[in-house]
Amino acid sequence: MNVLILSAISGVIMMFSSFFIKSKGSIRILAHVLLLAILAANVLELEGIRFFEIDTSGMMVFNRFALLFTLIANACTFLFFLLSSKDMERVGINYSDYFALIFFILAGFTLTSSFVSLLILFLGIEIISIPLYILAGSDKRNLKSNEASLKYFLMGAFSTGLMLMGIALVYGATGTFTTTAMSITGEGGVPVLFMAGLMMLLFSMSFKVSAAPFHFWTPDVYDGSPTVFTSFMSTVVKAAGFIAFLRLFADAFGDIREEWKILVAIIAAATLFVGNITAVFQQSVKRMLAYSSIAQAGFMMLAVYSLNADARDGLILYAAAYSIATISIFAVLIKMGDYTFDGFNGFARQQPLLAGTLVVFLLSLAGIPLTAGFLSKFYMLRAALYGGAVWLVIFAVIMAAVSVYYYFRLIQAMYFKEGVADTVIEVTPGFKFALVTMAGLTILLGVYPSLLINWLYF
Amino acid sequence: MIVLLIFLVPLLGGIISFFISNDKAARIWTFFVSLVTLAFTIATLTTFKAANDLQFSAEWMGNLGSSFSLSLEGMSQLLCLLTAVLYPVILIATWKTNYRKANNFFALLLLTQAGLMGVFTATDALLFYFFWELALIPMYFMSSGWGGERRIPVTFKFFIYTFSASVLMLIGLIYVYIQTPDQSFALESFYNATMSTSTQSWVFWLLFVAFAVKMPVFPFHTWQPDTYEQSPTAATMVLSGLMVKMGVFGLIRWVLPVVQVAAYSWGDVVMSLAVIGVIYASIIAIQQDDLKRLIAYSSIAHIGIMALTVFAETKSGFQGVMIQMFNHGVNITGLWIVVELIERQFGTRKLSQLGGIAQKAPALATLLVIVAFANISLPLTNAFVGEFLMFNGIWNSDVTKYNILFTALAGLSIILAAVYTLNMVQKIFFGVTNPLTEKTYDIALNERVALGAIVLLIFVFGVYPQPLLNITDGFTDKLLKDININHLLVK
Repeated sequence: MNVLILSAISGVIMMFSSFFIKSKGSIRILAHVLLLAILAANVLELEGIRFFEIDTSGMMVFNRFALLFTLIANACTFLFFLLSSKDMERVGINYSDYFALIFFILAGFTLTSSFVSLLILFLGIEIISIPLYILAGSDKRNLKSNEASLKYFLMGAFSTGLMLMGIALVYGATGTFTTTAMSITGEGGVPVLFMAGLMMLLFSMSFKVSAAPFHFWTPDVYDGSPTVFTSFMSTVVKAAGFIAFLRLFADAFGDIREEWKILVAIIAAATLFVGNITAVFQQSVKRMLAYSSIAQAGFMMLAVYSLNADARDGLILYAAAYSIATISIFAVLIKMGDYTFDGFNGFARQQPLLAGTLVVFLLSLAGIPLTAGFLSKFYMLRAALYGGAVWLVIFAVIMAAVSVYYYFRLIQAMYFKEGVADTVIEVTPGFKFALVTMAGLTILLGVYPSLLINWLYF
Repeated sequence: MIVLLIFLVPLLGGIISFFISNDKAARIWTFFVSLVTLAFTIATLTTFKAANDLQFSAEWMGNLGSSFSLSLEGMSQLLCLLTAVLYPVILIATWKTNYRKANNFFALLLLTQAGLMGVFTATDALLFYFFWELALIPMYFMSSGWGGERRIPVTFKFFIYTFSASVLMLIGLIYVYIQTPDQSFALESFYNATMSTSTQSWVFWLLFVAFAVKMPVFPFHTWQPDTYEQSPTAATMVLSGLMVKMGVFGLIRWVLPVVQVAAYSWGDVVMSLAVIGVIYASIIAIQQDDLKRLIAYSSIAHIGIMALTVFAETKSGFQGVMIQMFNHGVNITGLWIVVELIERQFGTRKLSQLGGIAQKAPALATLLVIVAFANISLPLTNAFVGEFLMFNGIWNSDVTKYNILFTALAGLSIILAAVYTLNMVQKIFFGVTNPLTEKTYDIALNERVALGAIVLLIFVFGVYPQPLLNITDGFTDKLLKDININHLLVK
């Protein structure tokens, strides 16, 4: 509750801040301070200190899982602020509004990670989506940005409609919105109404997390949006979608897993296939990262498939590992003049430190041991094996091997190819320091994952 | 405790080397680190023989059922010794080779050593997998960063090949882990895992492919000649002298005792593949004009015999394989040193362009001929002991009905080895000198030292292999007890 209220208030503060503060630097500092306050409140709530006691009539529950995820989401957003908030200035003139929208999205995260009632889920998803439509179109004079925004909006509105329909059908079958109180266990058959509602929820959630075959909006939207916001959209937002996905299916539909698990397995396999295979053929790093985010979503789908303790632990770790790595890569990408792979030729010679950290993040995304990315994939594989899908696991690792191809292409360009990489913007020592810290954190989590996962239990 | 040091010293030494900006200093530092590692490894064989010196276990990722456990016994000891011995030799032999950004190259070289030491000592499956990749990644960067003209696609193929295979291995390992009685990645628990015969088959292939790619066994060998050719020579030495042993080692430690039944029932298939590979690689080696490719194919043949023997599952066979792993590592490094010398002096590796060097460079000629004899496993060289034990093992094998056939075909490979090795010696050293080889000069001191050390090892273990046999003796008995398939055999 701390986070929800504070981030909503912060959003409002940021919205009005442009009336009083003219300097962009001050606005940026204000946003950082507010986010730090939210982070502190989040940690305090994890330790049991609540600022607000509000009766939600059992529609939300702030358990450790929800709180830990919001902590990760807030921390990754803070990292995003540190690395890329300066680059947001270049997008347009409404600098403070961008921050305000991001704070509203953060408020949405608390809803989607702690909902018990389907209504809260719906509200959360909408609170996340609407600011995103605006952010996607924030580069107003750029036609591609407009296209991205419109496409995202239309597709998003469509999937929202599906979700509402699904919620209505589930309500019709059970007479309740509370996910934990739907007493349908599958004995003696599942009502058709309930099954239909489940399918619609499954499709609309797949839509939100860009799982195949509902992923078609993703590359265009990610490619068209201003790169700073793509960084945010493709990481923290996606992870939040998966947390909601996992909660929804574990609480409401966990008892009838036998009925839908094959469908989720197929979606996971299709997502892995489409994301990885298409990423191989990309020439632009930005588009490659868009497809890579689909591919990673395929791995996270394994958590929804298996719904066991490993899946929960693993998804938390996955959210952190994937967000840190992708935000950091995007932060460097924004500084580049040329977004193609060739634009990175000879980058290691010019920026040895940045190139070194990028290698760590790419290895993490590819799932190489000693990085957080490996362990999060490991958790997913183990969860799916416990869940009983050997074929899916084998397919997933083959796809992980494919992913090495496009992640390593970037490494090859940076290290082994000659050329003059073109960095448009000067990198500050603070930027470098933040990246090195994140690389260190990626390795630390890859060696001691319990640093993060123990928070779930103690 | 000391077992931890032989892993930590190269690891930390490697990390420090990244920060040494002077090339010369980085080289000396690396050499120093490799000597310290060698000293510690020798100490485990002589002074610190107590069990708690040779084992180390610490809490690590307890919620995953994994712990940081290392152990140095038998085969591990032999392979760690090989790793420790070869590193200084490699560094001496390539002392004159210049690398751009040498500190990074040497750092990666040392990190690979740390990975190798870890692979050979880990007694926890997840830890083993970590080290497996730790050895692979720096190797990829070395080959791709400092290799020949076609290095980028070739080493990428190598990387994708091994990485794909190793993730399949990971699934195999997780699968066995789920079947263990106490949900643990520990080696002992793996040996106690109970699996049905069909499950074992699955797991067997998942694990086997990873090791087969690494060795490489036919038909998984296609990455190897290209990679050997394009990598910088120091990296090739590590690859062929040490990294291929990871595959054989993995079979013996992580496959045979874990999925005993499947290893027995698929034994004939694998042995057939191995023997096909042996003959096939030998015949290709005869056709080669490029020195590096010739040695690469010769290595495939030698490793093929080891893979063949592993699945024969006899005591003398296992001992032969372990000893031969050591000897093959020594011998092939010797051959690579010669290649490096020739390439640096003449700028070519083509046999057809060389000739008549023997008169101008007698020291080089003498040393090469000895190494070449070892490559054909002539008596008095170290390889003879290993090959003899291996053939003996295949011949006496109870687990296959085709033992005589396999022995005969493997024996044929020795004849073929004589053909291509002696052909190589003849083309390089004898015959008429041509304009290219007219101004040949003999080898320098550092190269004499490196080759001399190799030749010394060849003779010492050729005449007196007892120390190697002693190290592996108890280990082999325990291994056979762990594999324990006697109840399956029809007497």
